[in-house]
Order: sequence, then structure tokens, then C-alpha cells
Amino acid sequence: MRAVDALMECLKAEGVEVVFGLPGGANLPTYDAFYDAGIRHILVRHEAGGGHAAEGYAKATGKVGVAFGTSGPGATNLITPIADAMMDSVPVVFITGQVRTELIGTDGFQEADMLGMTLPIVKHSFMIQHPLEIPRAIHEAFHIARTGRPGPVLVDIPQDLSRAEIPYEPVTDVRLPGYQPTTEGNQKQIRLAAKALANARRPVLYAGGGVVNGNAAQELRDLAMSDRFPVTCTLMALGAFPAPHDQWLGMLGMHGTRAANYAMDEADLIVAIGARFDDRITGKLSEFAPRAKFIHIDIDPAEISKNVPAHIPIVGDAKNILPRLTSEYRALSADRGRLEEWWARIHGWQRQHPLRYEDSADTEVTPQFAIQAIHQATGGEAIVTSDVGQHQMWTAQYYDFPEPRRWINSGGLGTMGFGVPAAMGAAIGVPDRTVVCVAGDGSVQMNAQELATCAQNRIPIKVIILNNGFLGMVRQWQELFWDNRYSQVDLGQYPDFVKLAEAYGCTGVRLTDKTTLVEDLRAAIATDGPVVVDVRVTREANVYPMIAPGQAARDMVG
Amino acid sequence: MGEPGTKDMISLDELEAAGGLMTGRKHILSILVENKPGVLTRVAGLFARRAFNIDTLAVGPTDDPTVSRITLTLDGAVHPIDQVTKQLHKLVNVLKIRDLEPEETLARELALFKLSADGAARAEVMQICEIFRAKIVDVAKRSVVVEITGTTDKIEAFERLVRPFGLIEMARTGEIAISRGRNET
Ligand SMILES: Cc1ncc(C[n+]2csc(CCOP(=O)(O)OP(=O)(O)O)c2C)c(N)n1
Ligand SMILES: [Mg+2]
Repeated sequence: MRAVDALMECLKAEGVEVVFGLPGGANLPTYDAFYDAGIRHILVRHEAGGGHAAEGYAKATGKVGVAFGTSGPGATNLITPIADAMMDSVPVVFITGQVRTELIGTDGFQEADMLGMTLPIVKHSFMIQHPLEIPRAIHEAFHIARTGRPGPVLVDIPQDLSRAEIPYEPVTDVRLPGYQPTTEGNQKQIRLAAKALANARRPVLYAGGGVVNGNAAQELRDLAMSDRFPVTCTLMALGAFPAPHDQWLGMLGMHGTRAANYAMDEADLIVAIGARFDDRITGKLSEFAPRAKFIHIDIDPAEISKNVPAHIPIVGDAKNILPRLTSEYRALSADRGRLEEWWARIHGWQRQHPLRYEDSADTEVTPQFAIQAIHQATGGEAIVTSDVGQHQMWTAQYYDFPEPRRWINSGGLGTMGFGVPAAMGAAIGVPDRTVVCVAGDGSVQMNAQELATCAQNRIPIKVIILNNGFLGMVRQWQELFWDNRYSQVDLGQYPDFVKLAEAYGCTGVRLTDKTTLVEDLRAAIATDGPVVVDVRVTREANVYPMIAPGQAARDMVG
Repeated sequence: MGEPGTKDMISLDELEAAGGLMTGRKHILSILVENKPGVLTRVAGLFARRAFNIDTLAVGPTDDPTVSRITLTLDGAVHPIDQVTKQLHKLVNVLKIRDLEPEETLARELALFKLSADGAARAEVMQICEIFRAKIVDVAKRSVVVEITGTTDKIEAFERLVRPFGLIEMARTGEIAISRGRNET
């Protein structure tokens, strides 16, 4: 059969339900194969939209996302989603067309050295050099994307090779001698960690995106509840521990709660699980958690001691390690009373510094209130994606996520325009749950074209724009750290999002009154098909509290 | 301080302080990789991304035709190498990495020197070659080409001695290395 038909067979063998993409010259053969392959293909309006949709699908379902693009500009349009998937460890296979082999290296029409350009931002990549390599490369790509620390894998297929006639035999194994992720943690280290926990008087569990990627949320909860361990999560892990909860401190880091950041600051033992001590978490590194010893559990050995030296490193899969740690800890029957003092201190911070904002005296919608209203209108049960900016931080702070894979955002790369396509992918992956995208008026314009995709395919995402007329997060930094010199952040009231929504074939609604906001949102969300809600919010609100850049956690402001 | 979003100036001192841990010694990394196109770029890219200067790099086949060996030396006094070796391990095409201990390692380099050597100088050059067990592989009227193998130290010593005679040009392979004793490198 044709190599491209074999490619379709491979996708089916991998259990692929849906792919996102846009055709062009170099992948015409692939698209001919899609014609009757029986694989659902969503035609996006920009390859970046397809890439982020594949990410949203992967994050919502835990399965591997798939995105297609043609050579040259189609491929380079995928660069941002690839980098995004690398930073947030999202399993996505990107399959790009390449020019015919005889044109490679000649600046042929629509040639781009995709393999070369993406080397630093892929988990791995394959440049197909012989049509017989295609099936194995596809299966190896899926295997690499989904196992170990997940990530993006690129397969670049020259046009002529994809047309070749090959004998297809299903591939049932992968041969990757240089790729053997460690999954089982070392038992001695686990025992040591259990002892350290039993001796700790001020412990904190600090969970990162790895807990979500590793499907280890239940295992985290079990460990936390084997005693009264306080838990905080990074932006990437929200939902791994249920919010609200007695042992929940809230998110940590730059816009985390004071309780979470102060607890890290005073902790004597921090258990980092699938987290990477990003600079948005630590603040000033030299003053980060100065009294703490660190247990660091991660499937990626390169993360251990990268930023913060670990005292007890445990390399492996959190899902494998956490239950063993919990049972080792239980066996020690530690004195539960020892955490009383620690909790008294934490409760003091929680009472004194809850998340708070000043509500408007009139009908103006404050952005924090808008998030609480979305929480109410969805019963706290929606899958929520976001763009990047203030609205993202407010959503993280004010929408309490009860379960993992409910909160889908671009944390590591911070990609504006992520929200709408990611919501589209999530809605396709999890069709029976409401999917809301909390968007910024700036960010949403970076991938608004996918509203057409949603309209055409009746993908019922609810895009709620917190419209402050500003590139708000940048404005906030200019206000706070650059003497109020607002430079190139005013977006005005353009475009008219209601008209834009309607032009795309979606329902458009504008909301401006906080007194009816919850009901109005409920009605908008209940509307069939894709809906865009333009919520006019306070123009110059700031995200607080905040660890100012270069400062230590204990010096949070606001 | 030094946070890109603030207007604080970054002092040069801070830039230096931001570096990682230095081992302070020369490192010879022996890296076994799958013999596939692009693998060298992947390996080199990890160093380039961190602006690490690779001192020498040699690539060649091994006893197994599907496997190549990259031998790479760099200065641990200038670059923190721990992170980069961990990242190397993550490359799917990398099979094995050894950070070779100098005492347990045989490291050799091949160099070719083109020296001007006429009249009396020629005899002296030949004498130095003999001491260093270097071979004269080409003789012209006013120059010779010398082939020498040995440790980097030996080759550098040879270079110092012959330079005054007129060093026209020099080509060196960079070190390759193998561990002493029965065990595989
Ligand atoms: C592609 C891209 N360009 C620039 C930035 C820098 N940036 C971060 S937040 C932000 C403002 C986003 O504005 P908006 O989407 O309206 O969100 P708001 O902060 O107002 O809620 C910008 C420009 C980015 N993160 N991504
Ligand atoms: Mg805005």
C-alpha cells in the first residue's frame, strides 16, 4: 500500500480518535489518505491552532495529541505549539510534510529545515529517509511522546517518500536502546524519605505538573492524608489536590497564596513531586526555602538538583513511588501531634491573608468576581482553559479545581492564544463536560480564527473574555515596576467581540453588570454551540498577592 | 535582581555569580550514540544552547557499525557540566556516556605540523621529532610535515619546541579515549 495509507493504519493502531491539521503541497499524499481513512480530522484555520488543539486534547484526556502541517510555513507555524508542549511536557506527535528528497537542501519551494529548527524544543524527532521507516517512526514517536516525561515528537516526511508503495506490516514493538525511562523509584531512597517525613515538624508537599501528567493525583491525596501534610500545587498541577480542602494551602509562586509561600519559606522539609523549581515558584533562588531539606521525586533525572539541590532524590514515576512512600510512612506510625504547631502557624496566615480583592461599589465587574461567577455558573465542574496574562492568574486563584485535567493552560512558555484552540481540543476529547476558555482580550486575537473551526464542527466551547482593553499583565508590570509608563499596552475597544463571534458563526454576548453576571453566564453557557462572552471588567486591576521579581517569598506584596 | 522584567541594571558580578558549579578540571566525555544522521547536531546543540565551548570533538565508528563514539573534551573550570551530561542522557539516540577519570583513561590525539625547515634548522627539527617519536611524512625543499600522536600535553609540548623554527600550519584531531583494563569504556 502507499506509505501514507500505512501511516493511517499506524494512527489507528495507536488508537488515535482525532487529529488536527491543515493541508498543503508537501502533505497532499497524506491528505489523500485521510479522504477515506476513517480517522476524524479537524480542519483548523492556522497550524498553531491545530498544535494547541492537540495539546488541549492531550491535557484533557491524557492521550497523545496529533497535529499535521505541510512543509515550510505550515511547519514553522507549528513551532510555537511544539515549544509549548516541550515546556509543559505535553504528549503530542507533530507530523509535517517535507519537500521531495531531491529538493532538500536546495531552498526548494516551501522548504524549511524543520528538524534543524526544532532540535532544542522536541523530546525527539524523526526525519524520514526511506518510506519503509515510516511505520516504525510513527510508533516510536507515540511511544516516546507518551512515556517517561511526556513531550512533543516530530516526524518530518518528504513528499515523495510518502507516495511510495510499501509492504505494510503492523509494528508491534519499539526498538529504542537509548531510551529507557526510569519508572521505579529506589526503595532505599523511599524509605529514607518516609523517615524524613516522620521527623519533619514543618513539612510541605509541593506538587507540580508531573503529578497530573503521571495520573498520580489520587496517590498524592493518599500520601497527604496519611497524615495532615499541607499541600500546595504549582500553576500546572491545580486540581491534583482538591480545592478547597483542609490541607490545601492554595497555589504557590509569584501569584500564589501567602499561606503557600510562607509555608515553603518556613518549611523544614519540602517534598517536591513532579515539579521543577521554576523561577516563578522560587522567587530569589538564594533565599528560597532557606530552612528546608528537599525530597525531590521526578521521572526526569535532569530535573533533580537542577535549580535546588535535593537531599533525597528519587527518580521515577510518581504513580509508582507515592504509594510506596505512603505505606513506608504509615509503617513508621509517626506522632501526629507533632504537626499541631505547624498547622496553627499556617491557619494564622490563612486567617490573616486570605485571597482577597476590592469589589466595585457599583455594577462594574471586577475580574476576580468574574472568575468566581464563572465558578458558580459552571458549578465548579467545567474544564477550564486559559490564555496568558492577568486573567490566567485570576482563574488559577479563584476557580477552585476539584480534579486534575480540569485546568488547562500554558504555564512554561506562557503562550498567548493558547486558550481557544486548547478548549477546542479538550471539548473534542471530553465531549460530555462543559469546556470554558477564560480568555484575555489581547490573547484571544492570537488564535480567534479557530472560532470558525468550532462553528463549522459545532464544537461547543464557551469563550469568556475578561475584556480590560489592555495587555493587562504587561500594563501591571509597567505600573508597578516601570513608573506607570504605559508603553504599547492599550488595546482600545477593538475588535467588537460580539460581532466577531457572530461573523465566525458563534453566539456573541456582551456582559457588563455584575449583579446579573452569574445568571447571564449560566444562560450563555447553556446556549448550544460555540459561544463568545465579552465581559467588560475593571480596566486597571492588578493580580495580587505577588512575589515581586527578584524578591523572596516572605516579601510578598499586595 | 537581574530579572528581565525589571528596570534594575544587571551588574557583571551578578552575571558571573549566576553560573553553576564548576568541577575545575578538564573533562573527557565518551559518548556512544546510534549511528544515525543528525545525532552529532543534537549532541552539539546541547552545548551550544548553553554557550559552552567544546575544546575538542572527535567522532568515529566503533566495533559495532550501528554505534559511533563521540569523544568530547571541555573545561570544567569554565563550564558546569553536570546539567549538560544529564541532558545528554535524555537524547534518545545517546546510548551511553562516560565522564572519564583521567587516571583510568588512555587519551590520544593525532596532529600534523607543517614546519619550515631549511638548512641547519632541518637537522634540529628532525632531532626533536625523534625525541617525540614523531614521523616526518612529507619533505619539501623548505618545509616538512610531521605526524605525531600522543596526549594533548605531549602535542602541546612538541608545538612549543618547534614553533620557533617556523610553524606554517597545524591540524589536530582532538582527543579520543578509552578506559584502561578489561572493562568497556
Ligand atoms: C505570544 C506572546 N506574546 C507576548 C507575550 C507577553 N505577554 C504576557 S501577558 C500579556 C498580556 C496579555 O493580554 P490579555 O490577553 O488581554 O490578558 P490580560 O493580562 O489583560 O488579562 C503579554 C503581551 C506572551 N506571553 N505571549
Ligand atoms: Mg486584557
